[in-house]
Amino acid sequence: MVDAYKLIEKVVGMTDTKIKIKNLYKVFGADPKSAMEQVRNGVSKQDLLEKHSHVLGLRDINIDIPEKGISVIMGLSGSGKSTLIRHINRLIEPTEGQVVIDDIDILGMSIEELRAFRRNKASMVFQKFALFPHRTVMQNTAYGLTIQKIAEKEAIERSQHWIERVGLSGFENHYPAQLSGGMQQRVGLARALTTDAEILLMDEAFSALDPLIRTDMQGILLDLQAELNKTIVFITHDLDEALRIGDGITILRDGEIIQQGSPQDIVMKPADDYIADFIKDVNRSRVLQVRSIMVPAESGIGPHLDQNMPLEDALSRLSSEGVSEGSVVDQAGKVIGQIALAAAVEAIRRPERSSQDLQYR
Amino acid sequence: MDFFEAFPAMDRQGLRDLKKGIDSSFREFSRSYGEGIEDFFEPLLHFLVWLEKLLINAPWPIVIIGIAGLAWIGSRSWKLVAGTVIAFLVIGYFGMWKDTMATLAIISVATLLCISFGIPFGIWMARSDRVQAAITPILDVMQTIPSFVYLIPVVMLLGIGKVPGLIAVCIYAIPPLVRLTNLGIRLVDKEVLEAADAFGADYRQKLFGVQIPLALPNIFAGVNQTIMMSLAMVVIASMIGVKGLGLPVLRAVSNQYLALGLLNGLAIVILAIIFDRVSQAYGRRLQAHREGSGHD
Ligand SMILES: Nc1ncnc2c1ncn2[C@@H]1O[C@H](COP(=O)(O)OP(=O)(O)OP(=O)(O)O)[C@@H](O)[C@H]1O
Ligand SMILES: [Mg+2]
Repeated sequence: MVDAYKLIEKVVGMTDTKIKIKNLYKVFGADPKSAMEQVRNGVSKQDLLEKHSHVLGLRDINIDIPEKGISVIMGLSGSGKSTLIRHINRLIEPTEGQVVIDDIDILGMSIEELRAFRRNKASMVFQKFALFPHRTVMQNTAYGLTIQKIAEKEAIERSQHWIERVGLSGFENHYPAQLSGGMQQRVGLARALTTDAEILLMDEAFSALDPLIRTDMQGILLDLQAELNKTIVFITHDLDEALRIGDGITILRDGEIIQQGSPQDIVMKPADDYIADFIKDVNRSRVLQVRSIMVPAESGIGPHLDQNMPLEDALSRLSSEGVSEGSVVDQAGKVIGQIALAAAVEAIRRPERSSQDLQYR
Repeated sequence: MDFFEAFPAMDRQGLRDLKKGIDSSFREFSRSYGEGIEDFFEPLLHFLVWLEKLLINAPWPIVIIGIAGLAWIGSRSWKLVAGTVIAFLVIGYFGMWKDTMATLAIISVATLLCISFGIPFGIWMARSDRVQAAITPILDVMQTIPSFVYLIPVVMLLGIGKVPGLIAVCIYAIPPLVRLTNLGIRLVDKEVLEAADAFGADYRQKLFGVQIPLALPNIFAGVNQTIMMSLAMVVIASMIGVKGLGLPVLRAVSNQYLALGLLNGLAIVILAIIFDRVSQAYGRRLQAHREGSGHD
């Protein structure tokens, strides 16, 4: 059965789930177990803090993180992003719930198994870099290999490769304090890549950097990912960043998930006012892609537009050719739909708020 | 009214019995365990005697070259090395060479002893708040109790001699090292430690690869303090049989020899300054990586 299901997934082009988070709760405080009772009874984060002096970190989180993609988790400060990502390598123990990675619940792992998992399977990049100040760039990059007691010669070779990939050749013997922020985070990235872990956890990895450097680093990450195909969990509070690099986006507020979807979904159908507010200043014509507004069809008229083409480009293409319709094609060049100029223009307009949803503070 | 005029103290008989009881039971304890404890410290005594003989019997130019070499290794500063050499020449010229060597020997052994106990204790303290809460008051007592008071049980246990002197010096000098080791480890950046965890470091790898290296400047400040305090303790320790610069000072005090006291006192001060400057320079070099210098 399972195999058959997997086969169907493959055929349909769906990707496998790498990390499955199920019913995850985290309560901070002196007695989380009894505070959980209150949480299950529906007490709000505010009330839990005021009446029971416990902090609700996460409430009933369910996410399937697909293999080989960049999954972005987004939310404002204090929404629980760091708490959530630290559950994936169990730097934080949940109060309740499961974190299943490759069909193994990591909460059932012994200390040794967990260490092996952190050494080989998941590595992490930190917001404030968290480099070892007493180690050089080379030694920092090789840290994971040192921990695994890999012979020095091999460790240096492997580290050197990644130091070059992130553009830090020549700085091998510098200490972190001698580097700029952007360079330090390159070391952070190289350190995480050197262990060849399949999972890369990035907690606001670029948030501390200047806008230009940040765009730079996003570019580096996307280039690397195109070739490495890792499972990346990327945390950010910046929507532009989320839309630029995310294959899928999960939005968190006060420890709860309020929307999951592709960048297209989030921009086209914000789940509530909170998200609508979030996206109101986004450049929709750049984020939205042709496929998100197409009408499926077997054949079409007008110029062929790639399904992943941003509306911006599609619009200029249509107007330069002086037509009002185009046909959407997939990678193979096969027509899969049809778009109209009017629909595209409509989609770029700011949306009406989907009114029936909850108010947010 | 009586109650307010005379403090309601324990009656004399009772107090006398209490003190007697404590004294005799401690005497009992030292009679039965004193020798065992002495045996335990035997190797330490041998080492101390060996070092002292080595320093005193070696030709003085070689000793000075050795000390200058150490000063260079520690500070990498020609000025400090030159100052050190001159200071030792002056000390020797004023006839205090032998005493200085004896003091140097006991300070070195005391410092080694303090390091080998103080740092592990500091690490242990940093591991748990409960241990910290238990050890802190003990350290407070060790630092504030008048040294003469703890000389008494030490002498009762081990008699008069080098080892009890050494122990007295260590009791006095070890607390800052324990404290600063504890502090240094606790001050290590949580995020850096978290990074070590995230890459699967185990306890030892974190301790020796991250915590101790990053706490080193603080630990080193502790070592420096320990050296300074053991030098300060040298005079008091000479009361119970430690040879060295303290002995002439003691003699000077009881006989009102101003010049003798001054000379030997100054020799102690000079030693202190040299130790301090060299070890501080070394401590600063340990932190070189913290500065943004050398950017090219
Ligand atoms: N160790 C802790 N003890 C108590 N409360 C905590 C702890 N860690 C986090 N919290 C609380 O949990 C909530 C989520 O914190 P978290 O750090 O995950 O937020 P975040 O989304 O990463 O925010 P930021 O963008 O500021 O990094 C906050 O209300 C925070 O105060
Ligand atoms: Mg955070």
